[in-house]
Amino acid sequence: MSAASATTTDTATAQGWTRGQVGTLLLILAETSFFAVFIAGYLFYIGKSLSGPRPADVLELPILATICLLSSSGTIVVAVRDLERGHRARFASGLLATILLGGAFLVLTALEWKRLIVEHGLTISTNLFGTTFYSLVGFHAAHVSVGLLIMLLILVLGAFGHVRREHAFRVELFSWYWHFVDVVWIAVGTAVYVIGL
Amino acid sequence: MAAIDGPAAASPPREAAFGWTHVLHEWVATVDHKKLGIMYITSGIVFFAIAGLEAAVMRYQLAFPDNDAISPEVFNRLFTMHGTSMVFLVGMPIIIGFGNYLIPLMIGARDMAFPRLNAWGFWMFLFGGLLLYFSYFGSSGLYGAGSAPDVGWFAYTPLSGKAFSRGNATDYWILGILISGFGSLSGAVNMITTALTMRCKGMTLGRMPLFVWMMIVVSFLMLIALPPLTAAQVMLLFDRYLGARFFDTQAGGDAVLWQHFFWFFGHPEVYILIIPGFAYASEIIPVFSRKVIFGYAVMVAATVSIGFVACAVWAHHMFAVGMGKGVNIWFSTITMVVGVPTGIKIFNWIATMYGGKIRFRVPMLFCIAFLIQFLVAGLTGIMLAAVPFDWQLTDSYFVVAHFHYVLIGGLLFTIFAAVYYWFPKMTGLMLSERLGRLHFWLFLIGFQMTFTTMHVQGLLGMPRRIYTYPADRGWEIWNLITSLGVVAQGAGVLCFLAAIVWAFRRREPAGDDPWDAWTLEWSTSSPPPEYNFAELPEVRSRRPLWDLKHPEDPDWKYE
Amino acid sequence: MTPPSIFDPHSTPAHVIVDYTTLVLAVCGVIFAIVTGLIVYSIVRFRARPDDDGREPPQVYGSNRIELAWTIIPVLIVIVLGLTTARTILALQKNVPPPGSLAVTAIGHQWWWEFHYPEYGITTANELHIPVSDPQAPRPTFFDLKSDDVIHSFWVPQLSGKTDLIPNRENHLWVEPRTPGVYVGQCAEFCGTQHANMLLRVVVQPPEEFEAWVRAQQKPAAVAESASLGRAIFERTACVNCHTVRGTPADGRFGPDLTHLMSRTTLGAGVAPNDLPTLREWVAHPDSLKPGVRMPAMQLESEQIDHVVDYLVTLE
Repeated sequence: MSAASATTTDTATAQGWTRGQVGTLLLILAETSFFAVFIAGYLFYIGKSLSGPRPADVLELPILATICLLSSSGTIVVAVRDLERGHRARFASGLLATILLGGAFLVLTALEWKRLIVEHGLTISTNLFGTTFYSLVGFHAAHVSVGLLIMLLILVLGAFGHVRREHAFRVELFSWYWHFVDVVWIAVGTAVYVIGL
Repeated sequence: MAAIDGPAAASPPREAAFGWTHVLHEWVATVDHKKLGIMYITSGIVFFAIAGLEAAVMRYQLAFPDNDAISPEVFNRLFTMHGTSMVFLVGMPIIIGFGNYLIPLMIGARDMAFPRLNAWGFWMFLFGGLLLYFSYFGSSGLYGAGSAPDVGWFAYTPLSGKAFSRGNATDYWILGILISGFGSLSGAVNMITTALTMRCKGMTLGRMPLFVWMMIVVSFLMLIALPPLTAAQVMLLFDRYLGARFFDTQAGGDAVLWQHFFWFFGHPEVYILIIPGFAYASEIIPVFSRKVIFGYAVMVAATVSIGFVACAVWAHHMFAVGMGKGVNIWFSTITMVVGVPTGIKIFNWIATMYGGKIRFRVPMLFCIAFLIQFLVAGLTGIMLAAVPFDWQLTDSYFVVAHFHYVLIGGLLFTIFAAVYYWFPKMTGLMLSERLGRLHFWLFLIGFQMTFTTMHVQGLLGMPRRIYTYPADRGWEIWNLITSLGVVAQGAGVLCFLAAIVWAFRRREPAGDDPWDAWTLEWSTSSPPPEYNFAELPEVRSRRPLWDLKHPEDPDWKYE
Repeated sequence: MTPPSIFDPHSTPAHVIVDYTTLVLAVCGVIFAIVTGLIVYSIVRFRARPDDDGREPPQVYGSNRIELAWTIIPVLIVIVLGLTTARTILALQKNVPPPGSLAVTAIGHQWWWEFHYPEYGITTANELHIPVSDPQAPRPTFFDLKSDDVIHSFWVPQLSGKTDLIPNRENHLWVEPRTPGVYVGQCAEFCGTQHANMLLRVVVQPPEEFEAWVRAQQKPAAVAESASLGRAIFERTACVNCHTVRGTPADGRFGPDLTHLMSRTTLGAGVAPNDLPTLREWVAHPDSLKPGVRMPAMQLESEQIDHVVDYLVTLE
């Protein structure tokens, strides 16, 4: 009779996936569905605003922000690998780099919004463009913010020595969420700055 | 190499519980899938009683033409709350409850993959439900304080926008469901993860009970379909409070966009509700026919294809909206296509009974009624997919009859079957066969009186969601019969509740395996110990207990 | 009044739908009979007998051939139904007016119907008059459907299927009535408190009667001396903010056009008959006849109400 483990916890089972991996992928599936609707709404309302600033009049390509966010995916991959090898200091700095890059993305987004609101008078209630733009970009930014908070938590826990190589798989699962946030940004960016312009 | 030990060791004798606070804490703080499952199901039954009363009041108002027993404002709240409650606070928790309770037991695991997430999900569901019902007391609507939402369970814009739904009644609808939805999503994540990663040794995907397969499909549908509802509701909330223009027709917004988003959720939702009914039937019909399910692989394939197709048919709720001819033709055809795998399942169930030795215990009675009623429901669905026919019948009582035939004649009957079948496992006690039969016949008669008749009102031109109707349209007699059927249904439900209460009095012990069944949950004690199995089982076929009971003719020789 | 049954068609689209429906019902009926027959047969023939020996019956795991058979047959049925459906949709759905049709614009309001006849310059409410169509020289009626507020739906079962009236969207509907008569229907999309009392009366008339009705409707409001006091009250009070009486300063558009109020048989979109006592009650307390109605009680003195009613009854 095979030895019964109390619960299947973190080790991959004979079936190949760990529960953390499956759970994270399913969360990403649900979030994809959520964002798909906002993207669909954005695409549907392109060109339909009755008044007010149009995308071509006010949008500027967010090149720097995109570079920051996408490279933060790179830094977190490196950080996770460092943790897997037990290099906790390097992991911490990699994680910090990811946080800073993500934070830079948020700051740049905030500056963009300030410009749009103050200089162009574009708010969520101005017209259909404003409505769909702020909700789509805003929800993405919210997901970035949540990711930043989680990374800060990991960083703090790590500072107290609670994050060691045996926990690397958990950080890796979080990194999947972080990569997802990046992929969503690519989709959002395509909808807003490519198709919408 | 014993596949499974005999009945698991009984749990150690309990010390006398030191007071009700201990028991309360045990339940409130639990992360055990069995307790959470029971809590989900019980909450669902409580909301069922409330929503049923809401329906009874409506049918009282509609029993006679030009009736003024209920004001239009109250009536509109009643049908909104009735529909919203039945879908989100009765259907969803009950199916998640049974999924929670049974999946670990059926796959030989000790709990779900994420026990704490499970508990969080339950309490989110309950909080969302209570928030929705708080609206009766706390919200302010178009007509002053104390009004529940009154925009229908699908809250079409612009009616649900700020201009036409003042106050915050509609916001209770949005927030109650939104919060409850997190519970459903966490249930879905748990069910899939558990089934994919925690099966016992030897249980390949192809050896899982059909129940588990179907709950996997249901869970994927939830993950794909619930977020669009959340998104749409958030958009509505932004419109109502941030001045957004998503559905503001004066700003160029599209009132129909809400319908697309809502039904992209709404249609998969109804499959989310009915597929668990298929799951219960797929476990119960074989046991009471004494035969293996006919065509296991085809049943899986049919369910998976239903899941896919269900995501492509949403606009069949919108045929009167004025979509283009090509769009109407597409949605009509693809909706009829979904009838094919559904029909295949019905045939497979019949083929399971055919050649068997059918035992007409209470769970089987409900399943047989389900087969015929679900067939009718599916056929009226085909009729509604027939667009020109739908142009007459959409938004009429014919649709109301159709979906109640699916949800009551289909889902609720199988839920009743599931309760009679698994209650003994959950409690160690049998429900009274006599009370069960009384419940069955009363409810069947009442259901038929109400909902078969209801098709006639639709065919005679009666639209839905009207609080009264004039006397000169020839609808009176049909409405009266429809309303009278409620009495028998209510009596049936009372028998059901009485049976549950009475079971704890009569204390007829169930034993591990009262039905002589074949899946793993019946291999452990009733109720199972907290850890489910003394030793995790190892299986060689889809029916491990059949193999044990028939060592000369085990399933694994034929699969 | 015969029930507004979908199986009592009096207009071409409704006829087409009934013919099409017959096929659909026949197919579904046959399926129902066969499958229910199989179920009943199974539970009778294969029930456990009391003298059963307790052995399990032969376990049949499946059969690919049978599965194929009962997959192919439903697929064929779907193909047949699908093609018939497509054909009927193409025949019924029209976005441009058929030749010779009368144009009517229907605007949905909470909770009444506004009808314009652009070719005739007529505006009326709740009761629709249209000409009967002669198969030799067809004269269908083609509707532009719009809404002023929320989504409504125009449904007169004996004349056609329903189509929604949606704000910021133009939908269309056509009818081709074959027999004169009065056909009832009502709003079929939940639109708020009094959705139940947004009733429709469609009066289908032979061509001469219809032309006579048109001419009567085209006249401006009647002027009667007996009504001058009431008319003064009407025009001084906020009535004119909502109602139009053509030929007078009253040109409000939130409520029904009252120019020929007395040519209608009901009030409040069908909720009450248009007779003297009911009219008075409506003017004094519309909420008592149609709770939640948008028309407020104007809080007039009883004598003022009498005068106003005296005026309104002259609007034939």
